[in-house]
Amino acid sequence: MLQVEGLHLRRGSNEVLHDIHLQLTPGQVVGVLGPNGAGKSSLLGVLCGELAPGQGRVTLQGRPLTDWAGQARAQRLAVLPQVSSLGFSFRVEEVVAMGRMPHGSGQLRDAEIVEAALRAADAWHLLGRSYLALSGGERQRVHLARVLAQLWPGEQGTTLLLDEPTSMLDPLHQHTTLQAVRRFADRGAAVLVILHDLNLAARYCDRILLLEQGRCHALASPQEVLTPGALKAVFGIDVLVQAHPERGHPLIITR
Amino acid sequence: MKQRVQPRTLIVCLSLLCLLAVWLSLALGPVSLPLFDTLRAGLRLLGLPVAGDDLQQAEMILGQIRLPRTLLGLAVGAVLALSGVAMQGLFRNPLADPGLVGVAAGAAMGAAVAIVGGSWFGGMPDVLAPYLLSLCAFIGGLGVTALVYRLGRRDGQTNVATMLLAGVAMTALGGAAVGLFSYLADDATLRTLTFWNLGSLNGASYERLWPLLMVAGGVALWLPRRARALNALLLGESEARHLGIEVERLKRELVFCTALGVGAAVAAAGLIGFIGLVVPHLVRLLAGPDHRVVLPASLLAGGVLMLFADLVARLVLAPAELPIGIVTALIGAPFFLVLLIRGRS
Repeated sequence: MLQVEGLHLRRGSNEVLHDIHLQLTPGQVVGVLGPNGAGKSSLLGVLCGELAPGQGRVTLQGRPLTDWAGQARAQRLAVLPQVSSLGFSFRVEEVVAMGRMPHGSGQLRDAEIVEAALRAADAWHLLGRSYLALSGGERQRVHLARVLAQLWPGEQGTTLLLDEPTSMLDPLHQHTTLQAVRRFADRGAAVLVILHDLNLAARYCDRILLLEQGRCHALASPQEVLTPGALKAVFGIDVLVQAHPERGHPLIITR
Repeated sequence: MKQRVQPRTLIVCLSLLCLLAVWLSLALGPVSLPLFDTLRAGLRLLGLPVAGDDLQQAEMILGQIRLPRTLLGLAVGAVLALSGVAMQGLFRNPLADPGLVGVAAGAAMGAAVAIVGGSWFGGMPDVLAPYLLSLCAFIGGLGVTALVYRLGRRDGQTNVATMLLAGVAMTALGGAAVGLFSYLADDATLRTLTFWNLGSLNGASYERLWPLLMVAGGVALWLPRRARALNALLLGESEARHLGIEVERLKRELVFCTALGVGAAVAAAGLIGFIGLVVPHLVRLLAGPDHRVVLPASLLAGGVLMLFADLVARLVLAPAELPIGIVTALIGAPFFLVLLIRGRS
């Protein structure tokens, strides 16, 4: 469980995050939405310890994030960055197996987990291929499998942070990826995911944090957050919001 | 994907090649010894009870000249190759070279100071000369690397891109300093300086060997412990941190091992290029990029390549000798070009 209170962050003379309060609870997927430059990636940077906040504190399971030793933290907190720059020809399963580095769970167990994580990310068929020979979307799924393997099976007490995990994926894999993340949360993991697709967020997230110029515009369920008024105010787009005919979650249609 | 060589097969093959290289390196030279005599004399030197009263000359050549030279070649090759692995991991670029952090330029600068500066004071005492040269080269390499590392640090973080550029600048500065000293030097000193810059295993002695062997041993024991962390570092620095690696400490260790290793190698044998670049590359081509294999295999392959290059250096113009830096560059540069062209297609 990851928590931030009263978070402020400055970069140069700009305040990029202003008074953010957020709690990631076990079993929940929190989506972060907002226009470019709203502070989504900065928020993720603070949550994973890459950026030091000017004010406010980040705690992982009640302890300040900075107090955790690297390995113990890595057993509980995994991060999927937007892009990765691996330039060496590791095999797909070797990349995923690196996710097991913080654990001493043994080769046999690790191999099982690597297989399960690759299947969860729908990347099992890439087994044995060189990472460098993969397409952008395939690489993204391999890295997803890597962070899933790091926290596998996603029990309570683990936290997963994902920065636009669907940015390079085709429509089918956007859904399979978020379904895998959803299943992870259903097993007890706390998840934060930065998204750009409003409908994906509406379908898979339990709560949505809507950021506007570093401030929290809204933090509530998709039904409450994804309203024509809020989307007009934050993104400047005119939308119709209807209930999904089969599933009931909000369906956002641009006018 | 291309088939990889099994790690165990690779290590066994390289070990056998290494034994062969040592054997040839002990046997061949201006006075070539029969291979079987070399083996017997070698075993006698190790204190094994092998009959051979006819072998006194062979034993002397082996013990006094060829064995220190062979050990020097093994250690220099191994340590240069390991440093290459460390730098390619640090910069996350398979084409990085140990010279990037300025260690070679610093060592060359130190050597120039020792050679030319020494001649101004009417030549150093013969006993001191080799030590002073090695010491100056070692200190120069370590000092410049420390400076480059310092320049790359900001807010408690090391920026490897800044380090790379600082290394380029310091290398240029080192080149200018060596040029200046060459300009000021007289003819005989200039010749010494030039040959030193081309590298040679000639004149190896046990006194020059021990410091290098200790450094090489330390680096060879330390780096493999960090193999998994190096693998994670290839994913990216923040990715490695998220996997629980203490990245700043790892980077410091990599720079320190390289500075120490290359500094000691250059101090003992002069500037020898391409080993650190080509050997890790070749190993990765054969066995994949996992550092748990790349590190031990590069250690062996570096030693082997060095010994074969030295054999070429002392045999092609025998009884004269080619500087080994020329041989490694002649083998290394075309090889590197082939890699580039093949990688592109």
